Amino acid sequence: MNRHHLYLLSGALTAIALLVFAYKVFVLHFPLAPDTTSDSWELEVRAAFRAYSRPVKLSMYIPRSNTQYALIDENFISRGYGFSAKNVDGNRRVTWSTRKAGGEQVLYYRAVVRRIGSSYPVLPAKSERPKPAGYEGAHRAAADTLIADIRAHSADVDSFVTELIKRLDNPGKDENASLLLGRNPDMERRMDVAVDVLAEAGIVARVVHGLRLQELQRDLHPVAWLEVVDKGVWRPYNVASATAGLPDDYMRWWHGDVPLVELKGARQLKTRLAVRLIKESGLSSAAMRGKLVTPGLVDFSLLSLPIETQAVYQVLLLVPLGAFLLVVLRNVVGVKTFGTFMPVLIALAFRETQLLWGILLFALVVGLGLAVRFYLDQLKLLLVPRLASVLTVVVLLMALISVVSFKLGIERGLSVALFPMIIMTMTIERMSIVWEERGAGEAIEQGVGSLAVAAAAYLVMSVEELRHLAFVFPELLLILLSATLLLGRYSGYRLTELVRFRALTRD
Amino acid sequence: MLQRIRKLREAGVMGINRRNADYTLPYNPRRLYPLVDDKLQTKRLALQAGMAVPELYGVIAHEYEVKRLGETLQPHHSFVIKPAHGSGGNGIVVVTGRMRQMYRKAGGTLIDAEELAYHVSNTLSGLYSLGGYPDQAIVEYRVQFDPVFEAISYQGVPDIRIIVFLGVPVMAMVRLPTRASEGKANLHQGAIGVGVDIATGRTLGAVWGNETVDEHPDTGNPVNEVEVPGWGELLHLAARCCELTGLGYQGVDIVLDRELGPLILEINARPGLNIQIANRTGLLHRLRAVERHHRELDSVAARIAFARARFAYAP
Repeated sequence: MNRHHLYLLSGALTAIALLVFAYKVFVLHFPLAPDTTSDSWELEVRAAFRAYSRPVKLSMYIPRSNTQYALIDENFISRGYGFSAKNVDGNRRVTWSTRKAGGEQVLYYRAVVRRIGSSYPVLPAKSERPKPAGYEGAHRAAADTLIADIRAHSADVDSFVTELIKRLDNPGKDENASLLLGRNPDMERRMDVAVDVLAEAGIVARVVHGLRLQELQRDLHPVAWLEVVDKGVWRPYNVASATAGLPDDYMRWWHGDVPLVELKGARQLKTRLAVRLIKESGLSSAAMRGKLVTPGLVDFSLLSLPIETQAVYQVLLLVPLGAFLLVVLRNVVGVKTFGTFMPVLIALAFRETQLLWGILLFALVVGLGLAVRFYLDQLKLLLVPRLASVLTVVVLLMALISVVSFKLGIERGLSVALFPMIIMTMTIERMSIVWEERGAGEAIEQGVGSLAVAAAAYLVMSVEELRHLAFVFPELLLILLSATLLLGRYSGYRLTELVRFRALTRD
Repeated sequence: MLQRIRKLREAGVMGINRRNADYTLPYNPRRLYPLVDDKLQTKRLALQAGMAVPELYGVIAHEYEVKRLGETLQPHHSFVIKPAHGSGGNGIVVVTGRMRQMYRKAGGTLIDAEELAYHVSNTLSGLYSLGGYPDQAIVEYRVQFDPVFEAISYQGVPDIRIIVFLGVPVMAMVRLPTRASEGKANLHQGAIGVGVDIATGRTLGAVWGNETVDEHPDTGNPVNEVEVPGWGELLHLAARCCELTGLGYQGVDIVLDRELGPLILEINARPGLNIQIANRTGLLHRLRAVERHHRELDSVAARIAFARARFAYAP
């Protein structure tokens, strides 16, 4: 056999991996362990749209430094667009424009911000009169009654605003508030009414938009709150929780009624926001060092990708780890599982559902699916229609579990939607075939085996250190690959075979 | 644990990894698998080579042929209908005789022509085939079992499995149906496997599940010291299967007919490993001996002589 070939290949792969790894650790000083002490975030706005060979203009609000968050670095990525940034009414706004663009267009804004203060930024306000809301008729009367009523219950601007927000939060109790809010009192409407009523009461207020800075978040939505002038500065009020002040992970971005991105001359605008905590404070300086020493190595590394894609790879790079564990458990230990990579995919779903809930939900869906599959068996259906029927049932079951658990107030039940339904369907099909051909014991043994492997893969994949190593040093996966190749020629006993052939070990 | 591994090594016990990595992967090219997965192809190959198989009465490959089922069955008093790609003995109907317009099945129950046609139709649509793919139905001679295993089997079809490596029979067992296996001869369905001495054709002890036993679990009769009739002919038949399929490592399943002698039933490209427990010894030493010497063995007779001399049972 080509054993030498195999050894040579794995040896070469390991050597390459170790060389690159050593270079990154000892020369570029990439950190070996994750560091969570830094207070910097990387923000990214991605605006994609379709242009039709006409002039295009895209305007976007961008954050500005304040006493809480400082902008350290920002980048505008827009090929073939002219752009200008200016301050409009206290906001920073950048405008990209081009005479002619066609097809899919993507513009990026990236920034690094660092937290420098723990309390809401100090923003001095000009002393001015609020713009009247222009209430008439019944609305005017309602607004006046509401203001008079709240005045009677408050002492100063702060307590006035808090009381107003509380009433708007619970409009059922106050008919004046409910009249002003109208039929659809969503968060946006509540904020607009609050601004109007405050204006009627002679208090200046405005709607502010910002982000919650979390560890790693893709497809983030901006959040909005209220700013009210009190004693010459703007103070924040959280309308969503009806309280004064804001947690300090809220970063102020822009104020006003205009959305984050505005597009003229093109269509199908899709805006996506992503944010990532920059844990690797050592890492970014290492990457900088790498850029100076060997430009290629860092430019072609995962750290150069958009944050959104980086987040995807943080997960993807763990999959080979799970697959390796699966190889060991199947070929060296001899655990029986359904499907080759089903446990790894289930383990990925566990990341969202958490382990115990994941196992519970999995067992529930597969158990119910099996019952339906056994019923369908009596109808003697052909393979493909049968699989399609089971798939339909699995989707319905998942929906049902989500609805029922939501009604029962079990939020975790919703995450059942994250299970890969095709894999679930195939699992049910295989399990029922094994059940029929080899008996219930064997089927349950393999089912439990699959779950155990999935749980083990999940536990390994959630080790923070391994995640860090795989992401910062993806070349280490080559070592994993060579180990897997070697295991591909492992012809020794499986641990379970020691039990299976025990009759032959007796004297 | 290490001691257990050492003992298994000494006994030459082969695990799944070794079978796959060192035997089935290198010696059984994937392109040859269809020859053994399709029983019809196996049968045709064997017939071309002039080897004994249950006689083929007819093949039903298309739905429109189901109407002519009666004509195909007309000349035969008893017969077997089975799927070409079946597994684990599913979908096999054994007809032992007729009563007016009805057919009598092996258990004694009667079945009319319409029910039989429905069964064939189901077979064609892939109900019994691996993976549910469309299949063909084979009508063939019903084997009149040699009474030699009557005392130690419970209904069903006892057969003889011989592992053939590079044309040399290396290990054999008789597979006996039990009540638990519902008449089927597959070990994982609960049948017992009785080791057979390659040199003499005498049965040894048995395996049931993963445990060694010495009596048939249903009849209570001892399974050892039964002599398989025509053992030399059986070995000869099995050894020739190497040229037949081209597979280096295979399990040949043979049934014994009262009048026609040994007939090849089917061939397996990934034969199971519990045959080692039935024979109380491992396969590896024998396989390695064959690897060392097979170039010198230039005829079927030489291969069988080699097997009988080297692989005799040594208590």
